[in-house]
Amino acid sequence: MADVIKNRYEFVILFDVENGNPNGDPDAGNMPRMDQETGHGIVTDVCLKRKIRNYVEIACEDQEGYRIYVKERVPLERNDTEAFNFLGVQKNKDQLKKLKKDNPELDMQIRDFMCRNFYDIRTFGAVMTTFVKNSLNCGQVRGPVQIGFARSIDPIIPQEIGITRVTHTTEADAEAKDAPGTMGRKYVVPYGLYKAEGYVSANLARRVTGFTEEDLKLLWTSIINMFEHDHSAARGKMTVRELIVFKHDSELGNAPAHKLFEAVSVQKKSDEAVPRSYDDYEVRVHEDKVPAGVTCMRMI
Amino acid sequence: MSYGVCVEVWGEYALFTRPEHKAERVSYEALTPSAARGILEAIFWHPGMTWIIDCIYVLKPIQFAAVKKNEVRSKINARTVSAAIKKEQGSLYLAASEDRQQRAAVMLKDVHYVIKAHFELTDKANPSDNHGKFSDIIKRRLRRGQCFHQPYFGLREFPAHFREWGSTEIQTAYPNETRDLGYMLYDMDYSDSMNIRPIFFHAVLKNGILDLRDCEVQR
Repeated sequence: MADVIKNRYEFVILFDVENGNPNGDPDAGNMPRMDQETGHGIVTDVCLKRKIRNYVEIACEDQEGYRIYVKERVPLERNDTEAFNFLGVQKNKDQLKKLKKDNPELDMQIRDFMCRNFYDIRTFGAVMTTFVKNSLNCGQVRGPVQIGFARSIDPIIPQEIGITRVTHTTEADAEAKDAPGTMGRKYVVPYGLYKAEGYVSANLARRVTGFTEEDLKLLWTSIINMFEHDHSAARGKMTVRELIVFKHDSELGNAPAHKLFEAVSVQKKSDEAVPRSYDDYEVRVHEDKVPAGVTCMRMI
Repeated sequence: MSYGVCVEVWGEYALFTRPEHKAERVSYEALTPSAARGILEAIFWHPGMTWIIDCIYVLKPIQFAAVKKNEVRSKINARTVSAAIKKEQGSLYLAASEDRQQRAAVMLKDVHYVIKAHFELTDKANPSDNHGKFSDIIKRRLRRGQCFHQPYFGLREFPAHFREWGSTEIQTAYPNETRDLGYMLYDMDYSDSMNIRPIFFHAVLKNGILDLRDCEVQR
């Protein structure tokens, strides 16, 4: 078992979209999310967390300790022997009964069990509060990894694309005279470069969920690859362009987070050009703005 | 004797959920004392101390924005997990797409506050703990940007940046103006863990300042 992380981290993710809809807004007929006042595109934190979960689910395929709690589909599976191994008991009824009776720390064990088994709980946390008869309350587990909303660098202009389909859904439609194909529509952002900022708290890792160095490595891999297994008709071409990680020398941290984020500048190369590719942008990490005690790593 | 701190906090979004609008969340107009306490506790806390919020200064005009998200409906049920551990059965996962609800939220945009607070020692303080020691730790953490975990404005997706407020004067967004914010959550009363109860107070934003030093609370 790898060690629990001992350093605080902050990270910046830059990802772009080409002719796709990075995150639809259920309030606006699935148009790309936007800040209506400034025109900047938005991608929610939960959207990115979903991609990370999906990647881990694919990459680890339910390996012990790397299960995903919040799943998109429903595979029928049971977690059985794993739980027993965790508690170090045999499949023995008498022993279990006894365990049930004289175990006042059951809720903490449940919490640890869930953290140990599920990567997403260890990483992002979970709400495990239920006041059942025996008032088991495993609490609200906060995971060490925290991500904010991603926002586009420049305002985006979503386009509505009308599309047709030649087939019909119902027989009645098909038989109707001169039945045209069905019209549909989709929204795309021609191009958008988005920036998300995130935090990793070593304290929460140590005291609550036991998020390890290996878990952290997997987190970086999954961020880098989060769109590689998420291709679909709606998304278009999405790519993670940069993952800039700031590693503090200590558990509590060596510098304020906002100062580190300010060290990353993303600018259009020319004022006039409408950005249409990643090449239209220049990303710089101002090393001189990174305070002592913090190491900056560009992971891609 | 109490030592005060003056902490500046700011961020892109915030959501201090009104308890009466918690399914489709609607934010209060300003930082609540309990959220402010949470922010300070994220920076430094110890069982031997308790934070008391004195004043909240609103530095930017109150603006709202809306967002709707797909969220899951259920929570992890402790009984299911304990059954899974004990009886070797039961499926442990949430099917996000089948157990889903769309929830809208009205959040605050572009927020900036100054929190004036002090702390008092509790009976859990060690003999070696004292005001000076805690005060030094807090000052150091603020100066270096250290924290236990990154503080946030109501929800974790809305991170809060923080630093010590450097000057003595604070220019609020609403000078010479009194705004009645109605009844707001003051904090939760945790004294009886089996019956945690909310405490409310009548919030009046006078010259952009929410003064909590002399407010009447209602349980």
